[in-house]
Amino acid sequence: MVELLHQLASGLALGGVYAVTALALVMIFQATQLVNFAQGEMAMFSTYIAWYLMQNGWDYWQAFAATVAFSFVGGVVIERIVVRPFAHAPVLASVIVFIGLSFIFNALAGFFFGYSVQSFDTPFDGRPWFGNRFMSAHESGSVVVSLIVLALVFAFFRFTPLGLAMRAAAQNPASARLVGVRVGWMLALGWGLAAAIGAIAGMMAAPIVYLDPNMMGGILLYAFAGAVLGGIDNPWGAVFGGFTVGVAENLLGAYVVGDEVKLSVALVIIVGVLVVRPSGLFGRRIVARV
Amino acid sequence: MSSILAAKGLKAFYGQIEALHGVDFEVEEGGVTALLGANGAGKTTTLRAISAMIRREGELEFRGRRLTARAPEDVARLGVAHVPDGRGTFTDLTVEENLRLGAYVRRDQRAVKTDFQRIFGYFPRLAERIHQQAGTLSGGEQQMLAISRALLLKPSLLLLDEPSFGLAPLVVAEIFRILRAINENEGVSILIVEQNANLALDLATRAYLLETGVIVVGGAASEIRADDAVRRAYLGY
Amino acid sequence: MPVRLAPIHIAWALALLFAISAPFWMSGYHLYQFSQVLIYAIALLGLNLLTGYNGQLSLGHGAFFAIGGYGAAILIVKFGLPFWVAIPIASAVCFVAGFLFGFPALRFGGLYLALATFALAVAAPQLLAFKGFDFLTGGSQGLQVPKPGTLFGLPMTTDQSVFWLCLAAAVALFLVAGNLVRGRFGRALIAIRDHPIAAETMGVNAALYKTICFGVSALYAGVAGGLDAVAVGFVSPDSFGLALSLAFLVGIVIGGLASIGGVLFGALFIEFVPNYADQLTVYFGENAKALPGAVYGLLMILMMAAAPMGISGLLRSLARASGFRT
Repeated sequence: MVELLHQLASGLALGGVYAVTALALVMIFQATQLVNFAQGEMAMFSTYIAWYLMQNGWDYWQAFAATVAFSFVGGVVIERIVVRPFAHAPVLASVIVFIGLSFIFNALAGFFFGYSVQSFDTPFDGRPWFGNRFMSAHESGSVVVSLIVLALVFAFFRFTPLGLAMRAAAQNPASARLVGVRVGWMLALGWGLAAAIGAIAGMMAAPIVYLDPNMMGGILLYAFAGAVLGGIDNPWGAVFGGFTVGVAENLLGAYVVGDEVKLSVALVIIVGVLVVRPSGLFGRRIVARV
Repeated sequence: MSSILAAKGLKAFYGQIEALHGVDFEVEEGGVTALLGANGAGKTTTLRAISAMIRREGELEFRGRRLTARAPEDVARLGVAHVPDGRGTFTDLTVEENLRLGAYVRRDQRAVKTDFQRIFGYFPRLAERIHQQAGTLSGGEQQMLAISRALLLKPSLLLLDEPSFGLAPLVVAEIFRILRAINENEGVSILIVEQNANLALDLATRAYLLETGVIVVGGAASEIRADDAVRRAYLGY
Repeated sequence: MPVRLAPIHIAWALALLFAISAPFWMSGYHLYQFSQVLIYAIALLGLNLLTGYNGQLSLGHGAFFAIGGYGAAILIVKFGLPFWVAIPIASAVCFVAGFLFGFPALRFGGLYLALATFALAVAAPQLLAFKGFDFLTGGSQGLQVPKPGTLFGLPMTTDQSVFWLCLAAAVALFLVAGNLVRGRFGRALIAIRDHPIAAETMGVNAALYKTICFGVSALYAGVAGGLDAVAVGFVSPDSFGLALSLAFLVGIVIGGLASIGGVLFGALFIEFVPNYADQLTVYFGENAKALPGAVYGLLMILMMAAAPMGISGLLRSLARASGFRT
């Protein structure tokens, strides 16, 4: 029983990472109808930046803040320079550009930081919180950070004028322009935000899965599965999906399929959702207007 | 008559296709100017050209200065509010969020608040439905919402694209009554595009007639109304 | 009646002549590399059929390559079948697998297919290494596959026999693909890609064509995988990861979407560029092995910006500009 609760709890920790990553994916999807296949590699690269800063003596939270800021700016720059030129090109072109981006980030990380697996510090060192037996300190801290990020993003979109403008730009860009919203910059901000929260997800994941250029491939896959499960056009569905996938992956890995084939859980979820309920648990029914 | 907007040789393009072939017109300052014509005449195209939503050539003067803005959001920020055909409501957002977006570019929060109250004075039904999702409003209510959103920009020029479209006659009458009130009280110049010529000529002081991208008649609305030949030839009644 | 020879026919003829002559003057290792080029070309042909002509993005064709490779390997090693029986059977299995996989994934638009195939590609190495399947797959160690000694008893080295085998398969499959693409099937695929709703209203059963197309492209990948198993001499889970699927995508983008000839350029690219990039490690140190990835990525983006129809598209524009009939 203790073991089960422990698996559940640590499933939540990685689930938080998946949820935040899935949210970033859905944010970009809602605004552009595109899935950012480079999301994982961007997060990985950001995590390496944090690691590098800490290797050079920076305190954890200083490095964290700097990395988040850097990632935000990086996201904005990438949207303006790399993504924007393909806004009117066929979808396939953008997807190929994203895959190209992920190659580049992966290669840059390997080139600058090497391919050996590194350990990544966690600020939540030491004894488990409240002396509990189910979650390590990092796992508890990670869940809390994820929830804080999600709450901040929710509050931003719901209660601030800029958040409202971004939602409007995503839903109806033509009308948004007519009220004076600079839709182009809203898209860039969306990317910046997605990159920033992706970086946070990476930094929460790294102490668990260890830092190497290929660390985010599996995580991205689980985030996809979470987004598909929750509904690719519903941010909170994606969050729910992310947590669910995290817990499911852990439980199934521990008790059913074994750790070595855990990734196929994601595959089964994606195909399963497609077969049974393609719009996901909370997404809108997909209707094509003829 | 002083004009708030003057067009000279205005051409508009959808891609390579020229839809407006060099038209001249003026929007009377403080008045209502109507742009009439049949389906496909180029009325919506004209409004889109003013709002820089499509490629345009020729001269546009707004408040005495050349309108060089290239993007719709810049035209909006100059004080031109455009209620597009189909209303352009943010259907997934609430009524309140739609209205707040109308005031997005404004800095004077207190004035915005009083404007909200004035809007609810014109359209009390919107106040009732303030937290409702905009997509669930009736057609008439969505039109009221669209007009309100445009007014919250505090525009000097209001562009209206077929406000009567798809609405029941009673609702249309109510809306046009309120439009007249808005024009008189707010001092907003209006350029209205309508297929329903009768309604538009009732409201307008100046009118132009578009036919396949060219202006064929222009002048005081009362004259055009009185001219039987024009009415029968171009307006069908 | 004089036959009109377009430059493209001359190009094909030259390529074929080059290929046929190669075993007689090329070194064993280079021949092996060109066998790899042919193998990749077959796989790219399959993917191009799906993505270029039918507009469906698959990020998981490495998995079908793996099914073909492992399928052939298992049939040869565990069941003693000769390669010329094992490879077709493995390919047929791939067709069925592709058809079944495509069926749900294709119904709801390219995005879901991309995600589902991505999942397939990422999960494949784990599944292939799974201890439960050890008795068939050899687990994480993989399987050793005996190479064909000679063909038809003629005197030749292993490298030569492998090359002839790959060449024969490639020629046959290219001809088939060419026919498919120029015929009714190809037109339906293109119609579905460009105007899916219009195609449906004209009676084209889009779902069926798309699923069949997916099956055929999986079959091609399977043939390539089977040939690869025989050419390389072993299969192991690590050779069939996400990188392979993405390399295929890079190949068709560089070669040119919706181009049969273009896949040759793509195949040459993905076979030789990593090699040259490896040599960079001499100058830039160990981490330079990362650079092929950066080159791939940069090229993909530049190609989409400047030459979205790939190398074959560039050549076609060049030919047209020079006044040739294309």
